[in-house]
Amino acid sequence: MATIELRQVEKKFGEAHAVKPLDMTIKDGEFIVLLGPSGCGKTTTLRMISGLEAVTSGNIFLNGRDVTWLHPSERDIAFVFQFFALYSHMTARENIAFPLQAQGENKAEITRRVAEVSNMLKIEHILNQRPGSLSGGDQQRVALARALVRKPAAFLMDEPLGALDAEFRETMRAEIKQLHLRQHATTVYVTHDQIEAMAMGDRIVIMSNAVVQQIGTPAEVYHDPANLFVARFIGSPGMNLVKGQYANGIVNLPGGSKIDVPTLYRQRLENALKDTNGEVIVGFRPEALRANAENGSCNAKVYADDLHGGFSMLHLELADGIIVHGRMGRDVSYPIGTHFIFDIEPSMIRFFHPKTEMAIHANGSGQ
Amino acid sequence: MAATSQPQPGYYVNYSTRVDKVGLRPRINTAIRAIIAVIITIIVLIPVVWLGMTAFKSRPDAVASPPRVFFEPTIEGFVFLLTDRRQLSESEIAEYRERTDLSLPDQIVLERGQAIIGQSDFGRQLLNSLIIAGASTFFSVFFGLLSAYAFSRFDVPGKDDLLFFILSQRMLPAVVVSIPVFLMYREVGLHDTHFGMILLYTSFNLSFSVWLLKGFIDEIPREYEEAALVDGYTRLQAFRKIVLPQAVTGIAATTVFALIFSWNEYAFALFLTSNVARTAPPSIPTRLGTGGIEWAAVAAGSLAFLIPVVIVTFALRKHLLRGVTFGAIRKG
Repeated sequence: MATIELRQVEKKFGEAHAVKPLDMTIKDGEFIVLLGPSGCGKTTTLRMISGLEAVTSGNIFLNGRDVTWLHPSERDIAFVFQFFALYSHMTARENIAFPLQAQGENKAEITRRVAEVSNMLKIEHILNQRPGSLSGGDQQRVALARALVRKPAAFLMDEPLGALDAEFRETMRAEIKQLHLRQHATTVYVTHDQIEAMAMGDRIVIMSNAVVQQIGTPAEVYHDPANLFVARFIGSPGMNLVKGQYANGIVNLPGGSKIDVPTLYRQRLENALKDTNGEVIVGFRPEALRANAENGSCNAKVYADDLHGGFSMLHLELADGIIVHGRMGRDVSYPIGTHFIFDIEPSMIRFFHPKTEMAIHANGSGQ
Repeated sequence: MAATSQPQPGYYVNYSTRVDKVGLRPRINTAIRAIIAVIITIIVLIPVVWLGMTAFKSRPDAVASPPRVFFEPTIEGFVFLLTDRRQLSESEIAEYRERTDLSLPDQIVLERGQAIIGQSDFGRQLLNSLIIAGASTFFSVFFGLLSAYAFSRFDVPGKDDLLFFILSQRMLPAVVVSIPVFLMYREVGLHDTHFGMILLYTSFNLSFSVWLLKGFIDEIPREYEEAALVDGYTRLQAFRKIVLPQAVTGIAATTVFALIFSWNEYAFALFLTSNVARTAPPSIPTRLGTGGIEWAAVAAGSLAFLIPVVIVTFALRKHLLRGVTFGAIRKG
C-alpha cells in the first residue's frame, strides 16, 4: 500500500487553470474524497495522479517515488471510471483477467486471482456474461474486481456511483466502504455528492474553482468550514449564513435578533472586523436552532414548515427576504405566519469575514 | 404500460407483447411495408438477373427481340470471354468439322466459324483487379486507421486544417487530374505498374477512410483505452486489444467502401495501364468483339467481375449491421 503526495501540482489548459498549485499528502490506507461542484478540478487532479493527464508543473510522489512523468502503466495504480469502461467485446471474466495478462501472469495464477476477487465481490455467477447484459450495479462490481485483482498500491475512483440508480448507489457505497476497510488500500475517490463524501471519506478535500477550499475530516468540514463556500456546499440545506453587526460581544441580526458571542471569539472578532465596521457573517447549522418561547434572543416569522419524515425543517424569515432553516422535532408543527422565538446553541455558532469570506476562529483553536 | 391499465378488447396484452404488433391495422401496415420492400428489391435486382441470364445465352438468344426469358443455357459467353480466337475459312471449317479431338469450347467456337488460338487476358486482368483493389483497400484502411486514431485522440498541431486538407482531396472530380497524373506516372515509371495503381487508389481512398474511421473512433469512449493504460498496457497494446475490436464495424464499412471504389474504378485504369497492370473494368468493354457485339461475353465478364465484391460485402455484413459498443458504457 502507499502514500500519495502532491507538491505544488498544477494543471493549465491553455491559459485557464484547471487546478491551481495544490499540496496534499494522502496517508497509507486513507480514504480521501475529492468533493466539489463539476468543473472544480477534482477529476483533473485524480487524472494527474493516475498519469492519464500530464501535470503542467509540480511533482507527484507515490510511496516516496517521484512518478510525475511515469506512464500510467508504470505507477501501480488502479482506476475505476464513472461509466465503468468495461470492454464490451470481452466477458466479465476476461475483463477482470485483462490487467493480469498485462503483467504476464501465468494462466493458473490468473484463474486463482480472478476466482478470489470474484468471490470477494460475489460476482461468480456472472463471470461468463458480457458487460452489456449486466445491471449497472453488477457492471460496477466487475469494474471494481478489475481494479482489485491486480492488488495495486492505490485506487483512484472517478464518481464510480454516478451512473447508478439511487437504490444501487446506497448498496454500492456500503460495498466500496467495506472493501476499503478490508483491503486497507489507499483510495482517492472523486464525487460531487456530499452525502457520499461524508459517508465514505476519512478526509474530504473540498475544491472549487481549481482551488482546494478545505481539507479535513467529515466532522471538521461540517462543523468548522474554512470559508463561506464550504459552509454553503456542505449540508443540505447548507449552513445558515446571516449578515450581522458586531458590537460589544453582541451580534445584531436583521429583524431585531441578537446573538451573544461566546467569549472565546470576542477578541478575534474585534481584531478581524476592524476593516468592516463590525459587519460580520454569522453561520449556524439548522440543528443548532433551539425553540425558546420564554427568553429566546432571536425572533422570526414562520415562512414554511416541511415535514421530512424523521424531522421537520422550519423556514424562518428573520426580516424581509432573509430566511434561515431550523431542524425541529417531527412532533411539533408551527403554523405559517406565526412568531417564533428561538436561541442558537452557542457552541455551534461560527463567524465569517464578509470580505475575505474566511472563517474567523475562536481563541485557542490555533488558527 | 398504458395498454395494461386499459385492456384492448379481444387481446390480452402483457409486457412481452408489443402493442404495435397485435392490432389488425399494425399488421396490415407491416404487410404493406413488406410488399413495398419486395417490389423495390425486385426492381433493383432485375438488371442483375438479366445480366446473369445473358451470360448463359447463346448469341441469337442474347440479341433476340422480344427478349427471351426462357432459353437453353450455354457457356458460349464464358468461352468467348476467356479465349482468343481467329476466323476460319470455309475449307478450314469443313476440315475442323471432321476432327473428333475437339473439346467442348472448341466445338462451341466452331459453331461460329472460329478456332481458339489461346487464352485471353481476362483471367490475368481479373487477378490484377484483385491484387490492386485488395492491396489498396488494405493500405487505405490501415493508414486511415492510424491517422484517424491520431486525429481522434491526440492534440495534433493544426488538426482542423489538416483534416480539412484531407477532405479537400475529395473535392475535385478525380478525372480532372487524370492528365497530370498520367504525365507524372510516365515520367517516374509508375505507368502500367501494380504499385502505381495501388498507390493511386490508396491515396484516393485515404481521405474518405480517415474521415469515416475518425467518426467511428470518436464514438469509442476514451475511458476504454485509459482503463487499459492504467491496467499496465502501452498505448499501442491498448490500441490493438481495445480500439481495434471496438472499431470493427467502422473498419468493415470502410473496407467495403474502399474496395468497391478501387474495384470499380474505370477512368484511371484505362489511362494508366496497358498490358501489365490492366484491371478488369477497362477490359470488359474490349470483349465487345469485332464483327458484332458479343453480349454474352460482356455479360459473362461483368458477372465474374461482380462476384468478389459480393462475397466480401456478404462476409462483412454481420459487422456492417451490428452495433458493437452498445450497453457497455452507460451515458448518464
